[in-house]
Amino acid sequence: MEIKKTSLNKLHQDSQAKFVEFAGYEMPIQYSKGVIEEHKFTRSHAGIFDVSHMGQLFIYGNKNLTSDLEKIFPLDLKNLQQNFSKYSFLMNEEAGIYDDLIITKLEDGYLIILNAACKEKDFEILSNILSKKYKMELSNDRALVAIQGPKAVEILNETINGVKNLTFMTGDWFDYNGQKLFVTRSGYTGEDGFEVSILNDLAEEFTKSLIKKGAELIGLGARDTLRLEAGLCLYGHELDLNKTPVEANLKWAISKERLSNGGFVGSDKIINQIKDGAKQIRVGIKPEGRLIAREKTKIFNETELPIGEITSGTFGPSINGPIAMGYVDKEFSKIDTKILLEVRGKKHPANICKLPFYKKSYVKGAN
Amino acid sequence: MSEVKFSKEHEWITLEGDVATIGITQHATEMLGDIVFAELPEKGSNVEKDGTAGVVESTKAASDVYTPVSGEVVDINQAIVDDPAKINEDPEGTAWFFKLKMKDISELDSLMNKEEYDKFAKESSS
Repeated sequence: MEIKKTSLNKLHQDSQAKFVEFAGYEMPIQYSKGVIEEHKFTRSHAGIFDVSHMGQLFIYGNKNLTSDLEKIFPLDLKNLQQNFSKYSFLMNEEAGIYDDLIITKLEDGYLIILNAACKEKDFEILSNILSKKYKMELSNDRALVAIQGPKAVEILNETINGVKNLTFMTGDWFDYNGQKLFVTRSGYTGEDGFEVSILNDLAEEFTKSLIKKGAELIGLGARDTLRLEAGLCLYGHELDLNKTPVEANLKWAISKERLSNGGFVGSDKIINQIKDGAKQIRVGIKPEGRLIAREKTKIFNETELPIGEITSGTFGPSINGPIAMGYVDKEFSKIDTKILLEVRGKKHPANICKLPFYKKSYVKGAN
Repeated sequence: MSEVKFSKEHEWITLEGDVATIGITQHATEMLGDIVFAELPEKGSNVEKDGTAGVVESTKAASDVYTPVSGEVVDINQAIVDDPAKINEDPEGTAWFFKLKMKDISELDSLMNKEEYDKFAKESSS
């Protein structure tokens, strides 16, 4: 299968990107500055991320659509206001996670942002459950550009007047060169920022205008270190079909209103797990010293019995030290529990620690 | 000091008397990206030509460091363990990895000179 390219591919090339294949797309892993500088620039200024490989699924419909989607997602969509977003999951009956996503209520339906590697399958699953009652569009003509960091609001507001009035996890349509853009105040770096859904034809020029105002392109390498410092899950690592939202320590994303009556796919399992507790749970882990424990590193308790596995591990540039997330047996999940990590045949000391590693700076609204 | 020689695993080596100094090349650091962890062999240990003699990790992945010649480790560069970013800054100078007392100096003969290595590095990265 031929590798797919986003509408910013030429700009990446012109900016000396190093490319990798990610979910069938040729994507920039880093530019000439490197992961650590790109990471720090995002935390201190503003980074631009091409996330056009992600799925932008528009589903059009009214009240019936809302009640049908409530049979799928563990959200109180009836009481979700227009232009407000929620983090959620597409699950199977066992509450295993097909994908994690952001869903936003629009005037005439919903916009769901899906992971690149899952989007085609998600579309199939959703069309089957909704039995083709609603018009569904997995957009091919829109790019998705994120701008993240403390300078993001100032820079983006110069290009799209009014975005500064959005609060975290809300969005709206804005005009740009006679075209409509959908902008949400959201992102996956732990910084304040925005994601802009824009027609492919306008994406390069729009991105260049942000660069002119002082933002810089940032690759997937720094995107990964940023999200890990922020304690955010990455599908295929922290989340998959063998993990439930309760095990992933993401109970907060399940609407309380939905827990009493259930009625969404996977609700029985979720309600039981909340009552009885999950066997394993996602935790933050800090190796002692400089040791990096990568994905699949085995975790042991102090008496060297296996208790879990790392799902993501790297060096956190803003923490200036190694960080990781993983799953451990519930009884070892308490903060400051001493554990051992097996790296290259040797067991090294580490501690369970609080998430996030890096304090998030979202601009929250009243809701 | 002798001419700098290079291995196919992207190590450089110089010789002074029978003590060789070994590090990784500029090209290797460019391929690896930002280095955030380094592990070196133990002082006093013996390493064998083409065997692993350490590890470097970038933000992305871990890579073994090989020794291009055999010998006894007589010194290690603790500074790069304490601050691995030094490896990206000066890989072919102050950020050497370890020093070996060589057993067989003829092992150097099979290694590449600068011109041969540059050509090899260019071909292997394209």
